Amino acid sequence: MNTGYGVAGVVLVMLAAILIGAYGIRVARTTSDFYVASRTVSPLWNASAIGGEYLSAASFLGIAGLILTYGADMLWLPVGWTGGYLVLLVLVSAPLRRSGAYTLPDFAEARLESMVVRRLSSVLVVLIGWLYLMPQFQSAGVVLSTVTGAPSWAGGLLVAGVVAMNVLSGGMRSITFVQAFQYWLKLTALAVPLVFMLLAWHSRGAPGIAPGDMWAVPLHGREHPVYSTYSLILATFLGTMGLPHVLVRFYTNPDGRAARRTTLVVLSLLGAFYLMPALYGYLGHLYLPGLAGTDQVVLTLPGVLIGGIPGELLTALVTAGAFAAFMSTSSGLTVSVAGVIAQDILRGSVRSFRWATLMAVAVPFTLATGARLLPVADVVGLAFAVAASSFCPLLVLGIWWRRLTTVGAVAGLVVGGGLACAAVLVTIISGPHDGWAGALLAQPAAWTVPVSFAVMVVMSLLTPGRIPRDVARTMVRLHTPETLDVDRGDWRPRQA
Amino acid sequence: MSFPDFLRTDRTPKRVAVTSPRTAAARRARHPVTREIDEQTMVGEVYMSSLIRTQFRLALFVCTVLACVVCGLPLLFLLMPELRDLRLLGIPLPWVVLAGLIYPAFIVGAWLYIRQAERNERHFAELVERR
Repeated sequence: MNTGYGVAGVVLVMLAAILIGAYGIRVARTTSDFYVASRTVSPLWNASAIGGEYLSAASFLGIAGLILTYGADMLWLPVGWTGGYLVLLVLVSAPLRRSGAYTLPDFAEARLESMVVRRLSSVLVVLIGWLYLMPQFQSAGVVLSTVTGAPSWAGGLLVAGVVAMNVLSGGMRSITFVQAFQYWLKLTALAVPLVFMLLAWHSRGAPGIAPGDMWAVPLHGREHPVYSTYSLILATFLGTMGLPHVLVRFYTNPDGRAARRTTLVVLSLLGAFYLMPALYGYLGHLYLPGLAGTDQVVLTLPGVLIGGIPGELLTALVTAGAFAAFMSTSSGLTVSVAGVIAQDILRGSVRSFRWATLMAVAVPFTLATGARLLPVADVVGLAFAVAASSFCPLLVLGIWWRRLTTVGAVAGLVVGGGLACAAVLVTIISGPHDGWAGALLAQPAAWTVPVSFAVMVVMSLLTPGRIPRDVARTMVRLHTPETLDVDRGDWRPRQA
Repeated sequence: MSFPDFLRTDRTPKRVAVTSPRTAAARRARHPVTREIDEQTMVGEVYMSSLIRTQFRLALFVCTVLACVVCGLPLLFLLMPELRDLRLLGIPLPWVVLAGLIYPAFIVGAWLYIRQAERNERHFAELVERR
């Protein structure tokens, strides 16, 4: 395969990121400047930015690969990653915006008036962020070595380096329009080749799914498919609300009402995007069944089905889209993780933000080169499971239940988050294991989420004296529409 | 012949503020509920918990419907294996639902939720600001 076009695509995306980063320093000097400026951003732009940051390597490459490998059961992955926003909409979006929190630790502090809960949330944000970043860097390595034959760490180093540089210079900080553009770039990069491939598929007689092909039948593929399917559903639907880089975007809505509208648009944008991975998986099953077990189907299909110069150009487009996916998600995550490390773990100065950025990128990069290569969507799924077993109960109970106490929140975060993290570590380091133990560890959400909720509720009921003092005022703040003139208390998030 | 005074246009009438003599008295008579909420009186708390309860019931309703659909589908495929291979226009039913129809259903659900949630908030605002 001629590598020239693919390399050109990657270089173009990287250059654009660096240029935008350098230019952005002048546009967005401080966090609050950005937040104030973004108050004029419409829900469509805001939602595109969320989509741009959210659609990672797992969505762009991983889902199609897993669908090709395991068949119909994996269709739940994109369904859950979209449906999670419906759960987020009804349970979290407007109250969270009204809380005024920039980050999850901010929310924990505002609601529970406790620095212990805040610190614990910070640790969890960092862990989830690292777990999410690691497979992005691994995929970057896979893509770059597919396109150019470079060693597998090179792609990860390239993405990690450019992201760190941009975050350090302050450029990529949170430019809504850049992230919004990334969504449309990714959509185009997947849709245009798909149109051509569907035409090619049509001209070859449009073969359908053969009757009796077990690949297309749900509840097959993996061991313990029923348990795994339900656990996957729970993790994805409840984990979305606990992702640190998604949450920060909700602050850029002017009010709770706009936050709801933005979520509705996000649902539409993601729904449109996630129609495509299933088709890639299906075409892969028809024409490239040998690629099962890898994340390469999206990159390889256009060249195989189209061929010639057009095929190479389409491959270059897909490659560029994949790098856009690595860059935008990694930037969003790095900013969130570095902000939390600098503010809550290193205590704040500009210098500590530099160290924090290095830590935010270096740790997952080291993990990425050291750990075994697992399918990217599986590892990201584990990050969702941790979020669903820690931040989901904290947010849901914090917003809707007055009797949540500091002790309850701490216990729930420690037990739920701890169990989920332990399962993730065992799976990544020594898995996959066989039998029931393996299924329970590979898809932990079905048991860690209920345990986390139960611990939080029981411990809160046992410690009624530890209900935060200003809970009534906080509830007014979370739930009354902004048009009402009521006292919402004077809590403000600390500036990064 | 001379026009009556009120039909003459060459003279602008003097502007007068129109007020009701009872406004001030009416205002003093009752607290607005917003003040009850600010002072966290029993009345204020009752209003607040009614808002939270209404919104929570709505959220719970949406989540229940969602759970029934989403958790019901694998159960349906498990209990009625013939559904797994049923075809609509040549495409297996699970694919029609999971790779297509479920996305517009999410969007419609979200839209209906937002309409009702905003309606609840409007009612609350009217209730609270009524004097």
